[in-house]
Amino acid sequence: MSTELWLLGGALVGSFVLYALFGGADFGGGVWDLLASGPRKAEQRALIARALGPVWEVNHVWLIIGVVILFGVFPRAFAVLSVALHVPLTLLLLGIIFRGTAFTFRTYDARGDRVQRRWGLVFSVASVLAPVLLGMCVGAVVSGDIHVRGLKVESGFISAWLSPFALAVGVLALCLFAFLAAVYLTAETSEPALQEDFRRRALGAGVAVFLAALGVLVLARGGAPRVWSGLTGSPFALALHGATAVAAVLAFGLLLTRHFWPARVAAAAQVGLIVAGWAASQYPYLVVPDVTLQGAAANVATQRALLVALAVGGALIFPSLVFLLRVFQSPRPPFSTPGASGSASRPVQ
Amino acid sequence: MDLLYARAQMGLSLAFHIIFAAAGIALPLLMVLSDVKARRTGDADYVQLSKKLAKGTAILFAVGAVSGTVLSFELGLLWPEFMGTYGEVIGLPFALEGTAFFTEAVFLGIYLYGRERIPAGLHLFSGVMVALSGAASAFFVTLVNAFMNHPAGFTPTPGGPVNVDPVAAMFSPGWAYQVLHTLLACYQASAFAMAGIHAFVLLRHPGAAFHRKALSVALPLACVSALLQPFAGDLEAEHIAHAQPVKLAAAEGLFETQRGAPLSVGGLPDVETRTTPYALEIPKGLSMLAFRDPDAEVKGLNDFPRDEWPPVLKVHLAFQVMVGTGGLMALLSVVTLFLRWRHKAWPEGRRVLWGWLLCGPLGVVAMEAGWLVTEWGRQPWIIRGVMRTADAVTPVANLGVPFWTFTLVYLFLGAMVVFLLVRQVSGTLPGRAPPSEVAHVH
Repeated sequence: MSTELWLLGGALVGSFVLYALFGGADFGGGVWDLLASGPRKAEQRALIARALGPVWEVNHVWLIIGVVILFGVFPRAFAVLSVALHVPLTLLLLGIIFRGTAFTFRTYDARGDRVQRRWGLVFSVASVLAPVLLGMCVGAVVSGDIHVRGLKVESGFISAWLSPFALAVGVLALCLFAFLAAVYLTAETSEPALQEDFRRRALGAGVAVFLAALGVLVLARGGAPRVWSGLTGSPFALALHGATAVAAVLAFGLLLTRHFWPARVAAAAQVGLIVAGWAASQYPYLVVPDVTLQGAAANVATQRALLVALAVGGALIFPSLVFLLRVFQSPRPPFSTPGASGSASRPVQ
Repeated sequence: MDLLYARAQMGLSLAFHIIFAAAGIALPLLMVLSDVKARRTGDADYVQLSKKLAKGTAILFAVGAVSGTVLSFELGLLWPEFMGTYGEVIGLPFALEGTAFFTEAVFLGIYLYGRERIPAGLHLFSGVMVALSGAASAFFVTLVNAFMNHPAGFTPTPGGPVNVDPVAAMFSPGWAYQVLHTLLACYQASAFAMAGIHAFVLLRHPGAAFHRKALSVALPLACVSALLQPFAGDLEAEHIAHAQPVKLAAAEGLFETQRGAPLSVGGLPDVETRTTPYALEIPKGLSMLAFRDPDAEVKGLNDFPRDEWPPVLKVHLAFQVMVGTGGLMALLSVVTLFLRWRHKAWPEGRRVLWGWLLCGPLGVVAMEAGWLVTEWGRQPWIIRGVMRTADAVTPVANLGVPFWTFTLVYLFLGAMVVFLLVRQVSGTLPGRAPPSEVAHVH
């Protein structure tokens, strides 16, 4: 494979990793909004809204970057996936629409009344459904059930993504995002009781991740034979999975000992490594087993132009993104207590 | 049937998205302008105005962002053959658009939530960045449409495009006219809508200070864009006359090729009889406008194969609506600027306010009509002369289901946005300012 393709394939995986981290934590926030409970129900929801508010739109642009790389650099794969996964992708889009608009309507609407609470429900239900669908699409792609000749999809529009294996990947994605969000939120507040709430949730979600991953692994043997051999065969993949396991154990240990900031880093590493591991296990296929990176690639002139565009874009985006995160990771200034600074940052009931 | 549903769904998604995209481009500019005025005058109303505009931007940008995400998927979900074959030719402007959109989202986050957290200068800078990246993303995405109208930068073969030059494809002939026309339309539509809203309030509450100032921020942008737009549109039409003669013929309802062709105003083209009755004809007007020569030959629809005609009636009506509303807006702008010059202040007479109230929605109407002209006018091609829309559509069946689902969702969201914006504006009516906002004015 050419250097350009390696770089662009890397950029594609990179955008998916970042989407899993930022968009994933965002979806997970919606899950915990839905499951908010106990004496600090309102405070939990307020913390989620406060943590997501400034960044949620940015978090989802990674998906667009991934899609743009896919159709600019690997147009044939984009076409094939759009046909084979038409139904779940359409449902995912509906989830994205309702999640995004509901969050905004809830946040920017001037009054905390019944309408706002209903938007909160829409937001959190969509946050649960979207990751499951996303995971099902990934499951279908790795399963090898999508059969393609040229640009024609020969395996129909349903069977690939409705398999038990694809469903299991969907559940894993949901658990993973919920875990990520809970760990993230422990370090977003300095209030010990709230930290404990999300620490308990993180530990529970961590166990769920483990069980779901086990389920995926068991089903992969029959449901995704190539991934199974990729998971267990190549030494490179084995090293990646080993690192993932280390990160997972580390995240769990750090949570148990209440080291919230390091736990957050370990959880992020775990999720990033899982996505990278997924990519490595299906290399060199974009859609197992009929579409390869090489086979779906655009011409070299386009590849180079897109590399330049991505480099320029990266040089613009990353510094401003770091700035955005720094502004909102800094402690709140005293004159801007919640509720006094207009409804933009007012906690949502 | 499925082709019609696919086209309808894409059309609906775009028609919906365009409104929010335009607002995402123009409202940040208006927000920055009022922010600058607030700084210069120390006036609390301008502070509140920039905050209201920031909230409006946030609501509209979010809906624009999700509907834009939907569109990026729908390109593949509905037109996989198009994207699978030509995605590599037009990937570059899409990638740059993604980048611009990203910067817009980042700086909007900083602007919205950073007011108390970052120095004032930096805060204003982030607002400027939001406005700039909004304009940049419209710029890049319009380049894709210009390519579809006038493909360049590759050699088509039965096996797909070869000799691809992504930069030449990105700047296909005529890009400059279309980009200028589109960007102006975004500013014009948003500024007219804003002026209409505040004119409405001023008619009911004459002299309300906040709304007078809001109107004074919207009017300059509205007038300037409305006056520049006819010139931009004329440049675009001249390009279309050369590059897409069949689109021009359909827009004008011109069937017979003729020298010294008249400009038809109104009329209902009939493809059966190949005539356009009920039209008011301005002699030699079309030849003059399209080729700058009263005796130039203008090609009529009869010169093109019947199966390459766009839907003539629809294109003609959309074109008439665009030109008509554009003319009305330009006229109102001339009157307004004249009164501004006479009285040294933005006019507040009831008649002018009624004019702005009635013309408030016209910018959006003109923008949608203009977009329909370019899209219907390109049919039956998805890439003119290269790929037919019918050959690009997905093989997935039952496209009526997603079409009706998205229709309902968009109707609902549209109603919701209007409801929320009305609540935002009603919070500024005299004597009804919410306490949190009052307490917050520095």
